[in-house]
Order: sequence, then structure tokens, then C-alpha cells
Amino acid sequence: MSAAGHPAPAAAAAPVPPLISLRGVTKIYGTGDAEVRALSGIDLDIAPGDFVAIMGPSGSGKSTAMNILGFLDKPSSGTYFFSGAEVEHLGRNQLALLRRNFLGFVFQGYNLLARTTALENVELPLIYQGMARAERRQLARDALARVGLTGREDHQPSELSGGQQQRVAIARAIVTNPNVILADEPTGNLDTARSHEIMELLTELNRRDGITILMVTHEPDMAEYADRLVHFLDGRIASDERPRKEAGDAV
Amino acid sequence: MLYETVRLALQAILRNAFRSFLTVLGIVIGVAAVIAMVTVGQGSTDQVQADVSTLGTNLLMVRPGQPSHGPGSGVGGTAPALTLKDVDAIEEQIPSVAVATPSNSRAITAIAGNVNYTTTVTGTDNRFLVARDWSLASGREFYESELRSGASACILGETVRQKLFGHSDPVGVNIRLKQISCRVIGVLSVKGASSFGSDQDDIVLIPIRAFQRRIGGSQDVSMIYASIRNGISTDKAKGDIERLMRERRHVGPFEEDDFNVFDMKQISSMLTGITSVLTGLLSAVAAVSLLVGGIGIMNIMLVSVTERTREIGIRLAVGATEGQVLLQFLVESIVLSLIGGLLGIMLGLALGLLGTKLLSVPFAPNATLILAAFLFSAVVGIVFGYFPALRAARMDPIEALRHQ
Repeated sequence: MSAAGHPAPAAAAAPVPPLISLRGVTKIYGTGDAEVRALSGIDLDIAPGDFVAIMGPSGSGKSTAMNILGFLDKPSSGTYFFSGAEVEHLGRNQLALLRRNFLGFVFQGYNLLARTTALENVELPLIYQGMARAERRQLARDALARVGLTGREDHQPSELSGGQQQRVAIARAIVTNPNVILADEPTGNLDTARSHEIMELLTELNRRDGITILMVTHEPDMAEYADRLVHFLDGRIASDERPRKEAGDAV
Repeated sequence: MLYETVRLALQAILRNAFRSFLTVLGIVIGVAAVIAMVTVGQGSTDQVQADVSTLGTNLLMVRPGQPSHGPGSGVGGTAPALTLKDVDAIEEQIPSVAVATPSNSRAITAIAGNVNYTTTVTGTDNRFLVARDWSLASGREFYESELRSGASACILGETVRQKLFGHSDPVGVNIRLKQISCRVIGVLSVKGASSFGSDQDDIVLIPIRAFQRRIGGSQDVSMIYASIRNGISTDKAKGDIERLMRERRHVGPFEEDDFNVFDMKQISSMLTGITSVLTGLLSAVAAVSLLVGGIGIMNIMLVSVTERTREIGIRLAVGATEGQVLLQFLVESIVLSLIGGLLGIMLGLALGLLGTKLLSVPFAPNATLILAAFLFSAVVGIVFGYFPALRAARMDPIEALRHQ
């Protein structure tokens, strides 16, 4: 049916069950007068292999949605199905296990451990999985090779450029072979050329390895790499579209 | 995983090596104090015990005076002095006593040629050597005629011989003790140091009658040594002597003794008592120091957790469980306090070695104590590291990642 390179091509692809499914997800911070409704009744389905860009002004609820999607936060009400299983009632440690085994995070500020080599940074999730040292090292090396950083294994973050640091962070995200990468403004701290390199890397991980990517971004030209655009506004989804890509992506 | 955690902890500690050192200083001082005190205390106790056995556990001492004054008190003001007749009576009338010997002592400057040396001159007789289980290295004992007439003959302790004569043999040479000129007839074998460093070989023996006439100026005997026959209990011999002395000194049935009989065990237990009181007091000080050290560790671990909020956020985001973060910080504080404990043990042993050298008592480090100190510092790490580690583990990953 669908080609391996282009999973979930059409909007009405019912036979593939969604990887992620939010139903009526609401998040409220504070109580009484100080109550802030960050999300009000979000419904969102994300198919495996999708590449979704999440956009919206600050305060629109997109970060809250990302935190909930990344098992870092829990909804106040509503249901979150991950691979068909309800997860919103799970405890902190079970959520940690989900993050460890199914997710990879990429942040705007890279969030690498300082004074720690690239290789050790990439190894980190595998340490918590309890993997043996030799195997861990090999997987971390492979991941660094996939992001084009062979030869930089022993560099510390302070010895790497911004683009290279973000590549290390991506290597750390993919080293566990995750189903989903959550990228929170991954190009926010980078110049245009570096930003496009990072986006091409993410696109390749999506196309070639079938990793589902959820990315928050402010920049429309970065959002163009995604297959699907979700706009948040005032805690609701304002629009959800799949822009037809013109032949020859280059702009 | 545990190996990784320990390695990680060492890395974090070495990253702030100086701060870590200051942090563990409390533990170092506490542990060092305990080890040093107990080592020196143990050495002193061992020495006292050794002295007691060189002096002979079967030795009793009789002195005039009230018993309540204890073994260290001088001659009681009103109590009549002992006499040579008392010595003979104790030896002859009490079957449980093997020998009894008088012992009068005074500090006097001995002069040989142009060398001066102040020592203790003891007036006694040959039975002194039997009672103290002491032999001669050279020369001879006193002749009966010398003892009877109070002749000016003397036997030198090894220390005195060395000070006055160096390497040469003094037997047959005359030395001066105060106004007396006396001929050296023998040299005692080496006995060594006694409790708290007093040198037992720093002694000159002269006949008791010579002491009484020419140094003491009276017929008094200030102390009698009585050695107990083998197989007879100290208490029995003590009771026998007390009964005899009460009779001889006409102490009424309702009066207190006006003399004192004590044995080396009493002296030893008194000295041991002092040592253990001191050890106890200083151990209490050390315990306070350990408590303060533990609070220091807790404080610095809290600072460290706050400083590393972002790191904790990253670790939680990549899938560390609460337990794994807790373990990381707990291991860090345990490793920190164990390092403190190890440094403290080394410092304490060094101080203990120095202290025992200065007091010239044996250096006998206590393996159980060292192990206990090591384990105790681990416990300090667990107790005072738990709260900061829990704070790290309970962090909200979103807040932690946002932390600058």
C-alpha cells in the first residue's frame, strides 16, 4: 500500500492506528483567580512516521502540549493514548520508563551535560537502561556517526559549535531507537545555514528510519520541512493541515 | 550501574576538589580525633598493664596514713611511721607473704668525677630485688654486714650508670650522694619505662640503715613492699597484713586504719580509669565534630543539587527514574564522607603514632575501631546525604530543564 519512504500519506488513512492520541486533554495551572487554562480540550492524533510541526504564539499552549506528549507533565483531565495504551494515570517512574524507551528529546538550548564528552552525553540514556559498557559505547559511536560527528566523540560541549552540539543532542535522542523525537525549537539558537542542516538531518531520520517527529518552531521555513502543520491558539488547536509540497522542495 | 554511579560521583567530587576537601574536613577531624585518642589511650592502658606485670601483680605496698588518701597520698600527718620491725613482722608472721622489704626514697644529685645527675635514691635491702623481681647486670648484692652497719655501698640503675659513667664499668668506683661518699658495688639490669614514662632504671639503691642515718635522719620506714606467695590471693594477703598492722599499731576495733595497703591492680585500675574518662570525654567531642561534619556534607550536597538542577532535569528527561537520581546523589555523599573517613583514619593513625611516641607507650592501632570509623563515616554520608538526594530525585523535570 503505502511506500516505505512516505508513511501516512493521506489525511483519511484509517487503517493505521495512531501512535499518539489525545482526547479532550485539558491542563490547568493554579487554582481560583490565579487559574490558567493552558490547554482546553485538545483532540490530536499522530500517526507513526508522521513529521508534525507545532506552531503558535507564546502562551498558546504548545509547550504544555509538548510536555504532556513527552511524558514530562500530566493532563488535568482528558485521555492520552500512547500506542493504544492510556498513560495519563501512570506514576513518575513509569513515565520515566516510557521516556527512556520510546522518546528522544531535542531542546533549543541543546541541554548537554557540561564537562562531559559527546560520547558520554550520547551514552546517558543507555546507562539508565542498564546496558553494558561496551555495547553502550558502540551504539553511541554509531549514533554520533549518523549525525555526522565521527571523530568528535571525545569533545566536550564547550569545544563544539552550536550546530555540532545540537547534533550531539540529536544523537542522544536517537541512540535508544525511539518511536518519537520531540524537538522543542531545535533551530532556535542556530544561524540559517546550520538550521537547515539540522532540519535536513531530522527529515532524514523521519524518512529513512521512520521516526515520528513532533517539533515546536516559530520559524515558517523550518515548519516547511514537516508534513503536517498544527497551529495552537489560546489552548486550542486553531488549524491542522497538510500543505501540498511543491515538486522540488527547495525554496 | 553501581560502578557507573560511583565513577560519576568521584568525577563530581573531583570537579570541585577544594570545596569537597573543605566539606569533608569535619569528618576528617572527627574521625582523626577518635582514632588518635583511642590509640593513645589504648597504648597508655597497655603500658600500665605491662608495668603492673613487670612490677609483679603479686606485690603489695604498705604506707602510713589514711586509706581514703589513696595510693598517691604522702605520709599521713598524725599516723605513726612504719619501722624496720614492721618489715620483719610482716615477713615472718604472715605465711602468705614471701618477702617484705623497706623502701625509702628521695631525689638526690649523684656526682661522679665532674658529672652531676639527679636521681632517686632508695634505701632498702636485698629483698627489694626479690620483691621487684629484679636482677643484677654486674657486681653483687649488699653484704649482710653492709646492711647491718648501714655501710656506704650503692647499686646503680642502668640509667644512672649511663649518665655518670657512659660506657665504662662503675663497679668499685666511689660516687657522691649528697654528703655521703659511697662505693658502687653493682648495676641493676634494665627494667624500662613505667606508666606515663617514668624511668624505673633511674634509681640508686643503698642500705636502708644508711638512708635512715645519713639521708632521712630518722628510724622511719616510709613504705614496705610485700610480695605474696604464689597461689595466694591478693585479698587474703592484704587482709592478713591489715590485721597484723592494726594489732601492731594498736588501732582500736572501731577506728579506721592509720595505714594503707594497696596492690598494683588498684593502681592500674585507677590509671586505666583516668585514661578511659579522658578517652570518653574526647570521644564525645569527636562525636560532636562528626555531627557538624555531617551537617556540612548535607549543606554542600544541597548546594550541589541546586547548582545541578539543569543536569538533573536532563537526566530525568532521558529517562532516569527517581531511584536512579536518588542513588546518584546518595552515592556521591557516601563517597564524599568515606573519603573524609579515610583521610581521618590516616591522620588519626599518624597523630596516634606521634602521641604514643611522645608518651613512650606502645602504638597499638585498633582494627575494629578503624573499621567502625570507616563504616560510621558511610552512615554519616547516608544520613546526611539522603535529604538532598531526595530533593534531587523529586524535582519536576520541566522546572529543572527551565532552570538557568
